[in-house]
Amino acid sequence: MTHTPPSLRRQSLPQGGAVVLQGQWTAAQLAEPSAWAVLQRELPAALQGSQAWDLRGIQRLDHTGAQLLWNSWGRRWPAQLDTLPAQRAVLERVARYTVAMPPTEHHGPVYLWERLGRQVLLVLVHLQGMLRLTGQLVLDLLRLLRHPRRGPWRDFSGHLYHIGATALPITALVGFLIGVVLAYLVAQQLRLFGADPYIVNLLGISVIRELGPVLAAILIAGRSGSTITAQIGVMRVTEEIDAMRVMGIARGWRLVLPRVLAMAVAMPLISVWTTLAALVGGMIASDLTMGVSPAYFLSALPDAVQVSNLTLATGKSVAFGMLIAMVGCHFGLRVKPNTESLGQGTTASVVVSITVVILVDALFAVVFRNVGI
Amino acid sequence: MTMSTPMVEIEGLSSVFRSAGREFVVHRDLSLRIEAGELMSVVGGSGSGKTVLLRQMLGLERPARGRVSVLGRPASELGAPGAASRVGMLFQHGALFSAFSVLENIAFPLHELRTLPPELVRDAAMVKMQMVGLDPSQAHKMPADLSGGMVKRVALARALVMDPPLLLLDEPTAGLDPDSADDFCDLLRSLHQELDLTVVMVTHDLDTIFELSTRVAVLAEQHVIVSGTPQEVMAHAHPFIRDFFRGERGRRAQALLHDSTKDG
Repeated sequence: MTHTPPSLRRQSLPQGGAVVLQGQWTAAQLAEPSAWAVLQRELPAALQGSQAWDLRGIQRLDHTGAQLLWNSWGRRWPAQLDTLPAQRAVLERVARYTVAMPPTEHHGPVYLWERLGRQVLLVLVHLQGMLRLTGQLVLDLLRLLRHPRRGPWRDFSGHLYHIGATALPITALVGFLIGVVLAYLVAQQLRLFGADPYIVNLLGISVIRELGPVLAAILIAGRSGSTITAQIGVMRVTEEIDAMRVMGIARGWRLVLPRVLAMAVAMPLISVWTTLAALVGGMIASDLTMGVSPAYFLSALPDAVQVSNLTLATGKSVAFGMLIAMVGCHFGLRVKPNTESLGQGTTASVVVSITVVILVDALFAVVFRNVGI
Repeated sequence: MTMSTPMVEIEGLSSVFRSAGREFVVHRDLSLRIEAGELMSVVGGSGSGKTVLLRQMLGLERPARGRVSVLGRPASELGAPGAASRVGMLFQHGALFSAFSVLENIAFPLHELRTLPPELVRDAAMVKMQMVGLDPSQAHKMPADLSGGMVKRVALARALVMDPPLLLLDEPTAGLDPDSADDFCDLLRSLHQELDLTVVMVTHDLDTIFELSTRVAVLAEQHVIVSGTPQEVMAHAHPFIRDFFRGERGRRAQALLHDSTKDG
């Protein structure tokens, strides 16, 4: 196919100006920047005082080309127009179907005010959804206690593997590096005061009580919280959740319960694993920077950190895990059947679960401020 | 474009899928020629590779052997910018962009050219929208709010927005109720005539085949066993054709064919 750009030529006839069009007046040809620049210069000039238009030289006229001409003519037929029958048909279709745009919504100050209200209400809707999910979860847990054999154990073990076992390498790496960095920075400060041995207390308390559980929870929220939302969200998009409902399978029982349980079991284990990796990192860094030997580190650790800290960290992790899973499920179940909503839901799920983890950690810190220190 | 160049030319095509070390041959030595102005239906049983053939024409799959050329050029070059002006495709489920409104969906190929002014693009999209039978008031709806028939119409308008000479349809009437399917057939026929289109469609719907097609190609045993007018294809002796066209549904649809030949 040869590409001839659209062009126009003006002629002066005794009865007035005439315009002869040539080339391909198609969307692809018109959109060529060079051709479009020429047309934008010449078309307005041709419209001045030209009454006769000759389209018969055009090789191909598509609807976009016809639309351009029709709009240029001010959506009226010119006084004299020579066309081939096919071109006439295209122009007539364009003339018939060109209409004013239906109005869009206006965004005035009232709209903004209303939007604020809608957002406040949306927060309430989310809280209500979480409350309902929690209630359903409690009911499902009671049912599980009554009929433990009928529980969704296969789903549970699958989620346990995906949330827990596959997260071990990344959490170990991040924990180890944080331990190294922390020990290195702390060592510089402690050396000023000659308080080198206290690095064990500092690292022990901060890593075991705070950093380990929170770091693990944030990693898992980003990794598995998003997965939970995306999985359940896609099931909504593809109507799988509706299919389950029609078969009389409760979504709380089969989707939410196994994920929350798996998270409640996996999260403390991951947290302990991350803590251990961070302690190993800290131990190596203290040996290298301050000469605090691993043997001393290990023997001093039990005196520096009371056992109640471990209990507190594990309890916290269970709470974090359940919250991450529930936030993930909540946003997954709210996904509407389109791709945009799926993306928004996943982002919201990760942001909210990380925020919730940090808020709940602060709450724990306040409530248990007298425990283990 | 001279008359001698076919719209689609497939020669000795083999399509092979490999999964888990096993080869699955969909097409073997398949040849098909589609001339300008034809309305060709591709029929065949489930898993006979109809959709794969359509995807080969679009350059979405790679031929293991053989050659697929569309508008005189290899199908693999179709994905280049401006593809919407050469081939329009109506996917089975519409494949509308769910983040865009109806009008934005239709205008998308024109808008992506980045040169044409927004008013022109909008007007051109509004014209196409009404040509496929949608009301201008639907312009700002989102795809999630549309019925199945409307999704197909919007997808058709989007496929046609740059007036491509070739239109490919994957199961155009699947999932539509009989009334909507009939309406959609009427729409396709009128667009085929008005816009001087070449249409290739994959379908199971016998009514659609007999109502619309100028030519039918039957896919079985990994290649085209016969292609010709609906009458010629029905006269061909093959177990698949016997089951497909001469069952209960086939007889009903043929009655329609006889009526239309008497009228015409």
